[in-house]
Amino acid sequence: MSAVAESHSQEHHHGPASGITRWLLTTNHKDIGTMYLIFSFAMFLLGGSMAMVIRAELFQPGLQIVQPEFFNQMTTMHGLIMVFGAVMPAFVGLANWMLPLMIGAPDMALPRMNNWSFWLLPCAFLILVSTLFMQGGAPNFGWTFYAPLSTTYGPPSTTFFIFAIHIMGVSSIMGAINVIATILNLRAPGMTLMKMPLFVWTWLITAFLLIAVMPVLAGVVTMMLMDINFGTSFFDASGGGDPVLFQHVFWFFGHPEVYIMILPAFGVISHIVSTFSRKPLFGYASMVYAVGAIALLSFVVWAHHMFTVGIPLTGQLFFMYATMLIAVPTGVKVFNWVATMFRGSLTFEAPMLFAVAFIILFTIGGFSGLMLAIAPADFQYHDTYFVVAHFHYVLVPGAIFGIFAAAYYWLPKWTGHMYDEILAKTHFWLSFVGMNLAFFPMHFLGLAGMPRRIPDYALQFADFNMVSSIGAFLFGATQLLFLFIVVKCVRGGEKAPAKPWEGAEGLEWTVPSPAPYHTFSTPPEVK
Amino acid sequence: MRVHTKRTLPVVAVASLAAPTSVWADWTMNMSPGVTGTSNQIFSLHMTILWICVAIGVVVFGVMFWSIIAHRKSKGHKPANFHENTVVEILWTIIPLAILVAMAIPATATLIDMYDTSEAEVDIKVTGYQWRWQYEYINEDFGFFSSLATPRDQIENRQAKGENYLLEVDKPMKVPVGKKVRLLLTANDVIHSWWVPALGVKKDAIPGFINETWTRIDEPGIYRGQCTELCGKDHGFMPVVVEAVPQEEYDQWVAEQREAAEQERLLTEKDWTMDELMERGEQVYASACASCHQSDGSGSPPAFPALKGSAVATEDRAAHIDIVVNGVSGTAMQAFGSQLSEVELGAVITYERNAWGNNTGEMVTPQDIVDYLSE
Amino acid sequence: MAQEQSYYVPEQSKWPIVATVGLGVTLYGVASIMVNGKQGESTTGAWVMFFIGALIMAYMLFGWFGSVIRESRAGLYSAQMDRSFRWGMGWFIFSEIMFFAAFFGALFYVRVFVVPWLGGEGDKGTTNMLWEGFQASWPLVNNPNPEAYPGPKEVIGPWGLPLINTILLVSSSFTVTVAHHALKAGQRQKLKLWLGATIVLALVFLTLQAQEYVHAYKDLDLTLQSGIYGSTFFMLTGFHGAHVMLGSLMLIVMFVRVSKGHFTGDNHFGFEASAWYWHFVDVVWLGLFVFVYII
Repeated sequence: MSAVAESHSQEHHHGPASGITRWLLTTNHKDIGTMYLIFSFAMFLLGGSMAMVIRAELFQPGLQIVQPEFFNQMTTMHGLIMVFGAVMPAFVGLANWMLPLMIGAPDMALPRMNNWSFWLLPCAFLILVSTLFMQGGAPNFGWTFYAPLSTTYGPPSTTFFIFAIHIMGVSSIMGAINVIATILNLRAPGMTLMKMPLFVWTWLITAFLLIAVMPVLAGVVTMMLMDINFGTSFFDASGGGDPVLFQHVFWFFGHPEVYIMILPAFGVISHIVSTFSRKPLFGYASMVYAVGAIALLSFVVWAHHMFTVGIPLTGQLFFMYATMLIAVPTGVKVFNWVATMFRGSLTFEAPMLFAVAFIILFTIGGFSGLMLAIAPADFQYHDTYFVVAHFHYVLVPGAIFGIFAAAYYWLPKWTGHMYDEILAKTHFWLSFVGMNLAFFPMHFLGLAGMPRRIPDYALQFADFNMVSSIGAFLFGATQLLFLFIVVKCVRGGEKAPAKPWEGAEGLEWTVPSPAPYHTFSTPPEVK
Repeated sequence: MRVHTKRTLPVVAVASLAAPTSVWADWTMNMSPGVTGTSNQIFSLHMTILWICVAIGVVVFGVMFWSIIAHRKSKGHKPANFHENTVVEILWTIIPLAILVAMAIPATATLIDMYDTSEAEVDIKVTGYQWRWQYEYINEDFGFFSSLATPRDQIENRQAKGENYLLEVDKPMKVPVGKKVRLLLTANDVIHSWWVPALGVKKDAIPGFINETWTRIDEPGIYRGQCTELCGKDHGFMPVVVEAVPQEEYDQWVAEQREAAEQERLLTEKDWTMDELMERGEQVYASACASCHQSDGSGSPPAFPALKGSAVATEDRAAHIDIVVNGVSGTAMQAFGSQLSEVELGAVITYERNAWGNNTGEMVTPQDIVDYLSE
Repeated sequence: MAQEQSYYVPEQSKWPIVATVGLGVTLYGVASIMVNGKQGESTTGAWVMFFIGALIMAYMLFGWFGSVIRESRAGLYSAQMDRSFRWGMGWFIFSEIMFFAAFFGALFYVRVFVVPWLGGEGDKGTTNMLWEGFQASWPLVNNPNPEAYPGPKEVIGPWGLPLINTILLVSSSFTVTVAHHALKAGQRQKLKLWLGATIVLALVFLTLQAQEYVHAYKDLDLTLQSGIYGSTFFMLTGFHGAHVMLGSLMLIVMFVRVSKGHFTGDNHFGFEASAWYWHFVDVVWLGLFVFVYII
């Protein structure tokens, strides 16, 4: 590159390039963060519209809108797009934007690789979405793609799906390596590990989880690829394999994966609760240890997703006990948040509203998680709408509300403008009502006996399904309001000061709003 | 055998769309205690843990809402500055841990009980197929398939939905009341999961492996459930129905079933006419083939090719028999040789070669199948 | 490098986007080859796509690494940058270890649980009623359904080629370490000699491994299709072999760079990274030798 010829010392002072090359060729963490966030929101809308198809079909009993084949493609693609396209990239986008600002680094540690991590995602999702138009349709075996439904009985597009997963994996691993290298190597002088902001801590641990489990996902889809195309028998008992082997390997990835989708949100919420309570976070050290404990436990609980596959009794007991243990560090986090709010001086701007809703609703998701951990009871809950309710309660008001909270919290820093508070509060309340209306009745449906992933259901489930669909439509439509709020905020609005929130702490508030294109070219001192 | 092919006119009720909510009104919010010891134990675990969660929730959210209401800046509340307390941290680690240990004890006991399949008095092998269940009474030498009995017209809203919409089968699994029944679960193609909520039994049926579970039903009755592991297109359309009957009734039923199985074997040797085969074939086709290849033979390509006018169903007869008996590996076409009797195979192949304008005029008799299989 | 030197943030670069297009086109091509092949359709277009993608990837690798090398030699990288590279490479190797862990995990699970269950032993031994006549054994020579998966006649014992290969790889770990010491001491000739020796050992290993595969396929009927033994055997040794190939390529590039006079005694991370990678490949082999061949 010609860059070599130029002196590095000048580089920190020029602004962004103009036109499309700014985005295609960028090495700037803020640009890349922005691209991740935009991509993630686009995927959120795409995955969301698939959810709308699902809820429309389930509005009433009987088949009305789509056939079961297509319904299964919708549930599968909805799950894959939301997990890998919406939630994970959103957090990577937040990490890109905020980590260097929070630790006083000039950029991410490996800026070019950072850009590659991002651009692989549109590439992977182009392949994944293109399967919808292939002969035999898109993957239709659920986002967990259990063999042999996904191998011997999968549509031809499965091979493309596998390579799309590989590309996403490469992207995630490189992104995570970048995060770890940045956090471990680029902290401002004086910022010891136990002085790091919690968002940085949670991302450090998340990145570790990503590097540990994304290769395992690559391994399991590779086994699928071989079973489908090269006649191996990993998941076929005729050759000495086992379909359940797939589930073990998949969930060894899958369980840490669910924490990958929530831990960064824990970090965000910790900042916001403390800021809007105008009080330091209660129990910082125990928060760090709790996240570490959750991450470690996540490696030994995977089989609680498989309580009904017929694991021998001792295994069943081990995984039940280990899973129950997760409630302890998770509880510690919730207690700490509440203790932070206790005797604070609280205000309820949009980020705080989302954070409070996060704590309440995520805790409800945690409670149903605890119920699911009780193996005998899980025999009744497993693969019913109770499970659907559970994981939507941890992912929607957990991960997604966490992302919204973060977006409102840092939008002034990103754009230099305050967002429209009234619209943001409207966005919150409509999302809150829509989300609960959509997902709370699913608990009842599951307990009453409705299995998940069915396009049609028995008559006793009709009423709650209708309520749930109405809630889902409300929630879905509301998200367009978010788009409007963000666009409005980018285009103008009240000028934001460097520190728009009275109670906020941290290096990111020491730079002007909007944050200049290059920040912390000379590292700040941390006392 | 199923007699559900009767066609009710669509006119009868397009009403399902307009059906008022009150017809369905069912706001069941909780798990049912069920009718077995296991399901009752599960129910009590479920309620215990639920109330524990509610209690914790009340305390935590209570403190939280207290802060939200009382400690607002708008009320002029000044923030305190405490941010650490080791004693509190230890307490709220230890107390939840103790609650969990208390919870784990009954859960362990229940689990051990659920895993004890010894000393069963009836053994039934349950095999999941795309998309129906097979029940084999392994000590009694008979077995049968159990498929969805809800008519297509109800599913596609051309007819009012019945009371047990999607939860009814042509032939339920029968068990005697008060006897420990061991279930040996497996699958023929993909993973299925056998679930009857009222029995507290859910277990995956895994191709190539056998999972054991058991149940003892004390009250006679009909108990309904569904497949709970995504198994493809018609995952939502393969219910489980269990009928618990008094011992005498059960014994009589078993005797009848054995007799019928014997009859079926004799039928193979009988001389079949074209009309008889076509009639039988239509029934078999409706229960075994129509869900993929459609009742009018049009299929849904590319996964499920059309049979109407297809080369397979109109040309080489031996190749047709081969495909039906042995399946096509690597595709969704199963090997029906192990699922259907010789009579049923002959009838259904005859039907496919002569229905929907495939007028080959060729007959495939049960004897032809026997000859084919012995080759 | 001076500690106060500011961290090098590269200018805009076209390589990430070139790499994205390259990887996407390559993999789309590979997937099309497989899918079209399976459906009996023409694969010509797919092959063309694959080759175009591979060319783009090759162009990208030369270009991207080329610019990194130039930047490094221009002295743009501080000690802090060097640490970023170290963390990066270290965690990359960890991710590779986890990739192999998935396959080792599959092997252990199959051996300890699945095969005994199928053979009628253990908690799920009832399963054997589906596979009458099947006996559990390892190496699994007779599969539960021998018609669908005809088993191998025989498997490869550890004390022939695999033992030689073990000796080769372990020695190569030593030679590369000697080369590293020579580099640090500034002894260029010694460095070239020992690095060269490492490469030769690597290539001999690969040749022997290829021979073993030919023997397995031609004489023993041990193939990917011969049941779970063949599946795990070829996937583990095959992925290892692919990593040896990549490692050898890295060593060869290092040899070229050494010949061009690159690296100094205290600045040679490219070399160290290759050596780390080489040790990783070596350790994985020891795992393979024990768990795939011996036990």
